[in-house]
Amino acid sequence: MHFVVCIKQVPDSAQIRVHPVTNTIMRQGVPTIINPYDLFSLESAMRLRDQHGGEVTVLTMGPPSAEDALRKALTFGADRAVLLTDRFFAGSDTLATSFALAQAIRKISEAWGAPDIVFAGKQTIDGDTAQVGPGIARRLDLNQLTYISKIVGVDLAAGAIKLERRAEGGTQVLSSALPCLVTMLEGSAEIRRGSFADALRAARAEIVTWSAADAGITDLLKCGLRGSPTVVKRVFAPSPRAEKAAQIEIKPRSRDTADALIDALFDAKPAMAAELERLAAGV
Amino acid sequence: MSDAPKTAVAAPSRAAMKKELPEHFKAYMHVWVMVELERGHVHPVSWELMGEARKLADKLGVEVGAAVVGAPGAGTREAAAESFAYGADVVYLVENPILAEYRNESYTRTLTELVNVYKPEILLLGATNLGRDLAGSVATTLLTGLTADCTELAVDADKSLAATRPTFGGSLLCTIYTLNFRPQMATVRPRVMAMPERQEGRVGRVVEHVIDLKEESIITKVLSFLPDRSSQKSNLAYADVVVAGGLGLQGGGNLQLVRALANVLGGEWGCSRPCVQKGWAPAERQIGQTGKTIRPKLYIAAGISGAIQHRVGVEGADLIVAINTDKNAPILDIAHLAVATDAIRFLPALTEAFRARISPHANDRLAG
Repeated sequence: MHFVVCIKQVPDSAQIRVHPVTNTIMRQGVPTIINPYDLFSLESAMRLRDQHGGEVTVLTMGPPSAEDALRKALTFGADRAVLLTDRFFAGSDTLATSFALAQAIRKISEAWGAPDIVFAGKQTIDGDTAQVGPGIARRLDLNQLTYISKIVGVDLAAGAIKLERRAEGGTQVLSSALPCLVTMLEGSAEIRRGSFADALRAARAEIVTWSAADAGITDLLKCGLRGSPTVVKRVFAPSPRAEKAAQIEIKPRSRDTADALIDALFDAKPAMAAELERLAAGV
Repeated sequence: MSDAPKTAVAAPSRAAMKKELPEHFKAYMHVWVMVELERGHVHPVSWELMGEARKLADKLGVEVGAAVVGAPGAGTREAAAESFAYGADVVYLVENPILAEYRNESYTRTLTELVNVYKPEILLLGATNLGRDLAGSVATTLLTGLTADCTELAVDADKSLAATRPTFGGSLLCTIYTLNFRPQMATVRPRVMAMPERQEGRVGRVVEHVIDLKEESIITKVLSFLPDRSSQKSNLAYADVVVAGGLGLQGGGNLQLVRALANVLGGEWGCSRPCVQKGWAPAERQIGQTGKTIRPKLYIAAGISGAIQHRVGVEGADLIVAINTDKNAPILDIAHLAVATDAIRFLPALTEAFRARISPHANDRLAG
């Protein structure tokens, strides 16, 4: 089987700071990581490969430095890595991104065979849109299966997959024909520690690097800023509230402090007492 | 990639960006909400969006349309009637047995066809699993712009939709336009917008649309649906009282203190993102930009310092109480009342005090 896993290199959001004057993201010195949601999809792909045989190709679009994310994926055990990089892709929104990635997957199919499953992350931690996976599915006309909590199994002979999908209030148990596009839910498959052999292989591996032309992308009007229907007009910092919280005086006994807090609460919102009575009574 | 918020790209001036809307898009009018109907139940986010759609439509002087899609029957009809009560002028109704369960293909085809036939200029969906799954497919099929997880929707002077969303975990906000394509699409997370007043007896027009769907052509089959066990169910996003814990609790075991207080208050419990990352609590209990957005009447944050990504998820609460040893913790920027003390010691006292003051009949009920 052939699995293509789309990943993205993102800044580690826990360490992001915003410049107080210019309101721009201070990227310098912020470490980059593989988007954490992508790892559940990568691990799911590798488990299917280990079970059924085949190859896992990881694909990313980004600046040349995104090679680090691909090499990291190889250390986890991916078989092949493709970097799609070109200045024409700068400023891509989700629609333009899905166009470029879909073209790259077509090219991957020509080179190493059509994928049985394309995986993407549920969403990224920097953009948080959850739109690129569905975008790729539509552009490649792949059946789309998002928020998958469990891959129950693949029946190769029948060309079918059975999976569980998180829905409102419960779990849908689904079947689909292959090929398809899957995004995995967090917690569904913890990424393995790569083996020593994988680490050695990754260090020496050649990252396949494609420009737009290499990937067979001729319509540059569909790429980057020009291929993006959305336009960011304004970027600004949220305005802080004027007044700070009122401090409740700390008494020697915690219980007295607690009563003082409840007094202040009922003072601020006189209707709160009756409201809490109602809720506590479960009506 | 943007996904990647385009902060690094110098935004061209507005005048340079705005071209005349292509002729074939000029017929696009009205503001629509995709009503999220699953197994006879409408997700409340659809009504929250209806309230926003009403405001946008009134500004634009157009109608509010509700796309109601489902199996033929009472549940679907009721969703149509409720759409009017929450502000819709027109319901675009598609009833088909194939639409009984949500599946991407059948719903994408249905919503795309409705848009192509009736041409809304704005299309809003909930940023739920269903809404996000569907919105991405429909926007790509229509090759139009889609802005996810908006926290503010407005119409500007030239009648374009200005969709504002947090980015980089809420550190920044950006306002995004879809200038030269239609419809302008946006998703909004549950509880970000206020629930509008329900107007009993309000009616409108129903446009029934027949769609040609064949079960054989739908690749996904729903084999079964496993409802969540009631013990797993949480009503966190819609609870009136929420108590949450953070790293200040120093261990997953102490989340029990948070649960105990929530229990006495008849509310729900949650936690900050680091608690989920440490494995102290399951992901569905996470409150914040990447977890649940809440709008309770009372929110008690215990041992939560209040990273921006947490704050954006709770600032809609009516009253926020922060329990934190650090008097300068960022949570105090949005809290109304603060207690500068150790949450681990204080929570049991607070639970007892509330028990004594708000549920004097608790013992009677137990005895009865």
